[in-house]
Amino acid sequence: MTLTRRIIPCLDLKGGRVVKGTHFLELRDAGDPVELAQRYNEQGADEVVFLDITASKEQRGTIIEVIERAADQLFLPLTVGGGIRSVEDIQQILRAGADKVSINTSAVHDPSLLSRGAEKFGTQCIVLAEDVRRNFTANPDATPVALPDGRTCWYEVVIYGGSKPTGIDAVTWAREAEERGAGEILLTSMETDGTKNGFDIPITAAISDAVGIPVIASGGVGTLEHFYEGFVSGKADACLAASVFHYGEMTVRQVKEYLARRGIPVRL
Amino acid sequence: MKKIIIVDYGLGNLRSVRRGIEKSGGRPLISSDIEEISSAEGIVLPGVGAFRDGMQQLGALQRVLIASSSSVPVLGICLGMQMLMDWSEEHGVHRGLGLVPGVVRRFPRREGYKVPHMGWNTLTLPVAGHPLFEGIPSGEYMYFVHSYYADTDTAHTLAGTEYICPFSSAIWNQDRVYGVQFHPEKSGAAGLRMLRNFIAMV
Repeated sequence: MTLTRRIIPCLDLKGGRVVKGTHFLELRDAGDPVELAQRYNEQGADEVVFLDITASKEQRGTIIEVIERAADQLFLPLTVGGGIRSVEDIQQILRAGADKVSINTSAVHDPSLLSRGAEKFGTQCIVLAEDVRRNFTANPDATPVALPDGRTCWYEVVIYGGSKPTGIDAVTWAREAEERGAGEILLTSMETDGTKNGFDIPITAAISDAVGIPVIASGGVGTLEHFYEGFVSGKADACLAASVFHYGEMTVRQVKEYLARRGIPVRL
Repeated sequence: MKKIIIVDYGLGNLRSVRRGIEKSGGRPLISSDIEEISSAEGIVLPGVGAFRDGMQQLGALQRVLIASSSSVPVLGICLGMQMLMDWSEEHGVHRGLGLVPGVVRRFPRREGYKVPHMGWNTLTLPVAGHPLFEGIPSGEYMYFVHSYYADTDTAHTLAGTEYICPFSSAIWNQDRVYGVQFHPEKSGAAGLRMLRNFIAMV
């Protein structure tokens, strides 16, 4: 009897539609996030994340409508991220039926958004989304992280989808977010994102060790083995993936069956 | 159709709770109106967030809930469950509704365990199961998100779960007041089954 490790499919949405083509040819509407999420649900997904990559004010209504439909049909935890800038935005998304909001760039600009959100809605629904990149320049204030090749670097928080470095140390920021009331950290490494070479294990383990809240590993998964590494070497509490599920390279169930065979507790 | 009221006191994802009950065969109304709640045939008290805020937000509804609990079934979910108890140790000591004996405590720190307890964990159900868990096997998974847990005796426990320590994941007053720490409305088919069982008792 133990808390299971979670597998979380992520859907990138633009204008309320799933971005990228899909190999789920049997779906009536492959671009409909709710239908795709339902498919993941049937495969045994533990939660679902919707990431609104449009995230403009004008399109706000579209994502709200998607959340409402998802909440009406899926009886699973739903996290929504993208363009959340205020307590009002958080409230609107939670009211529509989401259970958690993930906050990225806005939290860097104004860390009090985490505290204000947690105070009003509880820490359990505030997820800090942290995008990070390796930095090899000397920085005595940053937390050194040893890489498998023997080099040492620190990890810098990047914002605006990874395009803008902030100078902020990723481990320090994770700790601050926890103190401010974040209930979970969604960590994406720009080093591994999109590579299919596996999660960025050194920073995942460093942040998981540094905080007392759950950490979701994200970015880079390509094989079943990568999920195992994320949990065991990366010490992640959950693993998130988009494209491997989206393109049907593997199902959530296959991942969980593999993990169960290797002794990782999962809900099957 | 029996009149089931979901108590709206400004906290929590009421939409999911409402949809979960609808999907399970009920026709719930969401209300914060004292008269309406007093006339309910079944009451669901949802909620997320902090204990003290929850009790404050309930305000005058506290008395209504206490009065109704002697005549109609009540189901507390997550914070709603915690508020049924005597008191909570969340950010100081705060009095609850006192409908189920026991205390709400914070998970102790333990190496290798994250708080909140977030994710899917199993229920241990007694052999002679309560109708609230009819059709749900011991070992079934439910979805949890919480940092505080119910500490009560076995006589008031309907289901147990273990995380850092064993705790009561479903409680009752040995009559018709029930509370569950997990979120049945987020626990897939098993959660909906539990909601259906509650509706059947209304």
